Amino acid sequence: MIALLLRDLRLAIRAGGGFGLGLAFFLIVVVLVPFGVGPETELLSRIAPGILWVASLLAALLSLDRIFALDYEDGSLALLATSPLPLEGAAMVKALAHWITTGLPLTLAAPTLGFLLSLAPEAYTYLLISLLIGTPALSMIGTFGAALTVGLRRGGLLLSLLVLPLYVPTLIFGAEAVRRGADGLDPTGALMLMAGITAGSFALLPFATAAVLRINLR
Amino acid sequence: MSMWEYANPKLFMGWTRPVLPWTFALAGICLVVGLVWGFFFTPDDFRQGSTVKIIYLHVPAALMAINAWIMMLVASLIWVVRRHHVSALAARAAAPVGVVMTLIALFTGGIWGQPMWGTYWAWDPRLTSFLILFLFYLGYIALWEAIEDPDTAADLTSVLCMVGSVFAILSRYAVLFWNQGLHQGASLSLDKEENVADVFWYPLLVCIAGFVLLFIALVLMRTRTEIRARRIRALEARAQRA
Repeated sequence: MIALLLRDLRLAIRAGGGFGLGLAFFLIVVVLVPFGVGPETELLSRIAPGILWVASLLAALLSLDRIFALDYEDGSLALLATSPLPLEGAAMVKALAHWITTGLPLTLAAPTLGFLLSLAPEAYTYLLISLLIGTPALSMIGTFGAALTVGLRRGGLLLSLLVLPLYVPTLIFGAEAVRRGADGLDPTGALMLMAGITAGSFALLPFATAAVLRINLR
Repeated sequence: MSMWEYANPKLFMGWTRPVLPWTFALAGICLVVGLVWGFFFTPDDFRQGSTVKIIYLHVPAALMAINAWIMMLVASLIWVVRRHHVSALAARAAAPVGVVMTLIALFTGGIWGQPMWGTYWAWDPRLTSFLILFLFYLGYIALWEAIEDPDTAADLTSVLCMVGSVFAILSRYAVLFWNQGLHQGASLSLDKEENVADVFWYPLLVCIAGFVLLFIALVLMRTRTEIRARRIRALEARAQRA
């Protein structure tokens, strides 16, 4: 499992994978928003939690189809399926690798970009915590979506149509936690529910992902 | 003979042929009686005026939009466990009907909301979760269309339907957390003595029965079409090999 994780990380960083791409996309979306809605600080700081969450969600979406597509084309996915490592474990490792290459950098970059959007000072901790808890769920759900569409030639658009409705609960709780933090309310409830989504999807979705991969490799 | 025998495509075609016209006729009678009764022979509500009458379309459509997804979930489970092809095709056939029901509920809700709440749309928990349900339907149909091999498509869409159900329920409760809405609470439930005043209640029941029958009839008809399409595919494949 660790070998697979290291291999995926190495591929993502060296082979011009989506490593920097998601981060750059995140930056551009956040920079574009003030052009769109105008530079008033008050307005920006009110919508900042939502914008940051939507932008990180889209950035995570961008690199999803890379999770399985390349491995499917060159046949290493079939090797993975026949290896002693259960496919469920492989699916989880894939999601983890995706999170380390997109979710983690996004989480670390978000406070800087929150500064650009003049996010309320009290909200920074909650932004970090909510992204740290929430983005693994995005990666795991996305891995499931990528497994569903892996056999299709142009699955990218379909992938986003399938995955975005599944992202809704995570997005709502994540943005709600940050907003409550910014308003000085107690965001524990939203954070705990989001942690529940993450834990639940990591517990259950690897099985669905592996089942779907087996169907696609049949 | 067990109940599974009825899922044999040939038997299914056999028993649905005589049943289908009756279901359509009953659905038509129920809808005409329920809607005419509801629209012309009930008094206007003292606060809402005549706009209250839109519930005869709105409530049954919304009910069926959710029940269609549940039916698809059950059909997908049957397909995964027992590999009955008719079951997978029935799930496929129900999805577009479910989309239309969702759209009817959303549109009639908007038409009712304009005079009542002063807006066609509000980001209210119920409205939002219906919009999300609509997106789930779209994704499900798109996945069916995108995959060529019918068995693979049936397998993948079943898994999507199951995962989607969990997340649809989750979204439902997530949006509740988000803000308190304009939409009133459930106006129908089984354990209350009187849900809505009796004058509105009886025509509403007839309308709901009509929508349920209409849904059954449409799904049966579409499943028959799917079976025929599948047969044509098989014949064409055989002709190519010969």
